[in-house]
Amino acid sequence: MGWLDPDNWQEMLATLRKNRLRTFLTGFSVAWGIFMLIILLGSGTGLENGVRQEFEGDAVNTLWINAGQISIPYQGRKPGTPISFRNEDVDAIESNIGLIDHISPRFNIWWNTNITYGKETASFDIICIAPGYRYLEALKVVQGRFLNENDIREGRKCVAIGTAVRDALFKKEDPIGKFIKVSGVPFQVVGCFDDSGGDRDVRRVYLPYVTAQRVYSNTDRYWSMNITTRADMAQSKAMEEQIRRELSQRLKFDAKDERAVFIFNGVENYQQFMNLFLGIRVFIWIIGIGTIVAGIVGVSNIMMIAVRERTREIGIRKSIGATPLSIIAMVMMESIVITTAAGYIGLFAGVGVLELAAPLFADSDNFFRNPEVNFSIALSATGILILAGAIAGFIPARKAAAIRPVEALKEE
Amino acid sequence: MISLNQLHKSYRSGTNSLHVLKGIDLEVEAGEMVSIMGSSGSGKSTLLNILGILDNYDAGVYRLDGHAVNGFGETRAAGLRNQYIGFVFQSFNLISFKNAMENVALPLYYRKIGRRKRNIMAMELLERLGLADWATHLPGELSGGQKQRIAIARALIARPKVILADEPTGALDSQTSFEMMDLLREINSTGITMLIVTHENDIAARTDRIIRLHDGVILNGHDPSLHTLESPADIPATIRPN
Repeated sequence: MGWLDPDNWQEMLATLRKNRLRTFLTGFSVAWGIFMLIILLGSGTGLENGVRQEFEGDAVNTLWINAGQISIPYQGRKPGTPISFRNEDVDAIESNIGLIDHISPRFNIWWNTNITYGKETASFDIICIAPGYRYLEALKVVQGRFLNENDIREGRKCVAIGTAVRDALFKKEDPIGKFIKVSGVPFQVVGCFDDSGGDRDVRRVYLPYVTAQRVYSNTDRYWSMNITTRADMAQSKAMEEQIRRELSQRLKFDAKDERAVFIFNGVENYQQFMNLFLGIRVFIWIIGIGTIVAGIVGVSNIMMIAVRERTREIGIRKSIGATPLSIIAMVMMESIVITTAAGYIGLFAGVGVLELAAPLFADSDNFFRNPEVNFSIALSATGILILAGAIAGFIPARKAAAIRPVEALKEE
Repeated sequence: MISLNQLHKSYRSGTNSLHVLKGIDLEVEAGEMVSIMGSSGSGKSTLLNILGILDNYDAGVYRLDGHAVNGFGETRAAGLRNQYIGFVFQSFNLISFKNAMENVALPLYYRKIGRRKRNIMAMELLERLGLADWATHLPGELSGGQKQRIAIARALIARPKVILADEPTGALDSQTSFEMMDLLREINSTGITMLIVTHENDIAARTDRIIRLHDGVILNGHDPSLHTLESPADIPATIRPN
């Protein structure tokens, strides 16, 4: 035996080199199997990256609550009566329902979206929220600060602007402390934020909702609020029920009325996507391992034929003193070396194709992004290949060792 | 060197049993050159395989250089073959994808001798046999006589005590056959015991002693009167074994 004996390697490599077609045929199925596995895994990761990217801009542990209208008559209120939220509803939900991290009303100023600084005017989304909203959007403050509780309490006329707004209005100028006109009303810029969610999410400004209500509408009515929560999926489902019951009492509608308020459960949605990806990954591995198994069977088959072809050679080797163990080692070494080498060719070809393909999807807006395989997969592939080679070589090797020189040398 | 005592061997296939060797007694001294003759089916190939430890036997005693040869595993058998025995075959049995030198050197590989050293030893031997010019040729590029010389060199390289040759001249023309016998005789003269299986009388006649095998038993090999018999059919019915 002796894996480290260079003489054994020399002997084996000489045999492989002099039987090139056989070596190629043996290796091909393995190379193909690994190639396909890498492409599959890479594509799966690409799909996952793409969808994760969609989620990235926002926290995933969110509940969105939107007001609808009554559809079941309740205490004299007729179907079709619109529902709206008031400021105290937010406070009531926050204090009465557990597991809430942050809660915020949300409404847009939509009738005039012009924002002006000096001579520069542009149109951006104007969104009115509570400070906790930054966690929902997963905002990153790059300058100054975000809106805070004092802004809300005192109804300050301050504004946080997106990086795109800053770049458009202020160019190189420092925006902090400057006044801009938001929908015709001056607000002081307190901070600038970035959002990895994409261009749309930085082309906006955020106002304290209390201030906005006073300045623009003189009412505390709005139709949307959202919550970030530390609840898991089951808890978030329970929260949905609690919120619905709480609001039904406060806003007077039937707790069973599905159309009075709509609740979108982001926790559940995210979990479903993650389950989907787990499923895809399991599926890919099953296909991939199936492909490798097919490769192993292929190698085993061809090694079997090779052993048959080499019956005479093995008989000769035995007649001049080869032990059964040395024959087993010879066949298995060949099998492992072919499998591993071919496997690596497949691995590098697969990674190469992914590397070439990746730039094509780099900026895509569809659900596909950065197809890749990570290093640990490449490492475990090595282990799998050596094991596969050993398995593939074992049966043919035993068959070879069992060859009786008497019969082998008789064969023509 | 070789001592057989009441050696029996049967082949079984299903319910049939073919009794091939029916009690062989044979002594071959060290340095002897002996031929084994017999018609096909007489058991001479079986005997040669047992002598070469390529096959086992059912009953009796086989001693090779004083060692009892029986009942040990293939690994030990392989070691003994490598140490004691060199084979020469009718169809040469060179490995087709290895060149002449590599073929000659192969027994040394299984003796764990390093590549450089065994190639040097193989080249030395090929030079002595006048085959140095052919060292890098593949077997397919050589004539029958050259191939058999390479095969003989391979049998010799591990310095065996016994060379077993199975119809070594069977695939050669008569001129080359005699050259081959001269070579084997020369090797024998260095003290290596030589057993040659043949069915050609003029080849057998060049050995020290002829052992005639018929139906699994040895006809009295020391009876000179038998040396002239052409075939078993000529053996007088009275002395034919049943």
